Amino acid sequence: MTYRAQQSTAGRKWLKWSYIGLLIVMAFTGFGQMPIFKRFYISDIPGLGWSADFYATHYVHYLGAILLFVLIAYCITDFLIIGRSEFRLTASAYVRIALLAGIVVTGIFRVLKNLPDVVFSPGFTMFIDIAHLGFMMLYLVTALIFVIVGSGWTQGISE
Amino acid sequence: MNKSISRRTFLKGGLAAAGAVAASSIPLPAAVRGESGQELATLIDIRKCIGCEACVEACKEVNAPKFPEPKKPFPKMYPSRVKVSDWSDKRDDMDRLTPYNWVFIQEAKVMVNGKEETYTFPRRCMHCQNPPCADLCPWGAARKLKNGITRIDADICLGGAKCEVVCPWHIPQRQTGVGLYLDILPSLAGNGVMYKCDRCYNRLEEGKLPACIDVCPENVQKIGPRDEIIKEAHAIAKEINGYIYGEKENGGTNTIYVSPVPFEKLNASIEKGPGRPGLQPVEDAMAHADNLAKAMVIAPIAGIAAAAGKFYAATKKATHSAEGKK
Repeated sequence: MTYRAQQSTAGRKWLKWSYIGLLIVMAFTGFGQMPIFKRFYISDIPGLGWSADFYATHYVHYLGAILLFVLIAYCITDFLIIGRSEFRLTASAYVRIALLAGIVVTGIFRVLKNLPDVVFSPGFTMFIDIAHLGFMMLYLVTALIFVIVGSGWTQGISE
Repeated sequence: MNKSISRRTFLKGGLAAAGAVAASSIPLPAAVRGESGQELATLIDIRKCIGCEACVEACKEVNAPKFPEPKKPFPKMYPSRVKVSDWSDKRDDMDRLTPYNWVFIQEAKVMVNGKEETYTFPRRCMHCQNPPCADLCPWGAARKLKNGITRIDADICLGGAKCEVVCPWHIPQRQTGVGLYLDILPSLAGNGVMYKCDRCYNRLEEGKLPACIDVCPENVQKIGPRDEIIKEAHAIAKEINGYIYGEKENGGTNTIYVSPVPFEKLNASIEKGPGRPGLQPVEDAMAHADNLAKAMVIAPIAGIAAAAGKFYAATKKATHSAEGKK
């Protein structure tokens, strides 16, 4: 019985939609770090009042990061144990992984910067702030392009 | 010829370097030396303040080159709910914090032993040890320096006022019509620049005291390594049976007030509102985020364990299935 055969369709779907849902939450709360939701009436939408609270969006962003770390560690371990002998990552997957790595690494530095007693130089602080946003925007654009051209993460398995 | 030019250049360079070394070796005032490499804090003994506003005037004078010079008319901003913040015609206001007034004197009338007493004290940025304004600034325009100063870089700030919102004391103040946003999307993003006390970071770099401390005729303020300032604040508080504000507030700040009367009493008496911060108890605004940050360290371990568990379960199931077929 192969690894892929063992994976239920429901399981794969769960993983896929968890990842997509998580990215949507992260993107939303990430953009919410900029003071734009109140200005542009986003927080006036029923149910989104919390999005004008910078502390709330910050906590949700951190919670999302925790779940993203769990998911990434799960996928990497799963791939290393069995997955790599069963399927290949596509070229678009490597692009996504590189951008995701950029988001994660700059995000880690962003979190470190926010800890008490951790002080980075002003130039580096600005670099990680802008790079984190830049990587996320690049990721969203490339992910959209890959969805349009139908390029999934693995060969033979649609994203 | 080349050789002489070279020598001359060398000598010029050498003299310049010697000058620079001499300048850099001018000792800083002992109070601001911060030789231990730790953060510097200020001690404000409110018993000494006579409310003369010399600190306010000195701050205005010394920091005038940093004050905004907005371009008018301001760009039309969208949507219409976005309001301009214009203090450029009220530059002389000294009774609250504004982009042109980074320190002001607050007054409290309190009853002490059945007698009304008036206390005055300077109010400005508290320079938090873990400042939410710097932590949550999306551009890195607000940042904390190693010497404990929190400052906003006026060349980068877009004036979104997030720092003012997340600051427990709502210290930073906005001026519209100035700054980087004018070169990006002035109608749709940003709204000027945020201004607040930068504890005269440039004077400290030159080995000078912050203007408000330097000019005070009553020596109300003192600056030094935080540990020493805290120790001194406690010694004074013990001596006068007094109270301390700023040591624990928002997880700890680099502005420590010592008062002979409880800060609750002072807080109840002072005029509070926009540009007029209170003296209320303040919980550490970043504490929850710091706890979540610790959880991020454990998160990958949970992911690895889940994948390994799934592999183990699948292997066990496959083995059972193979054994069953036999």
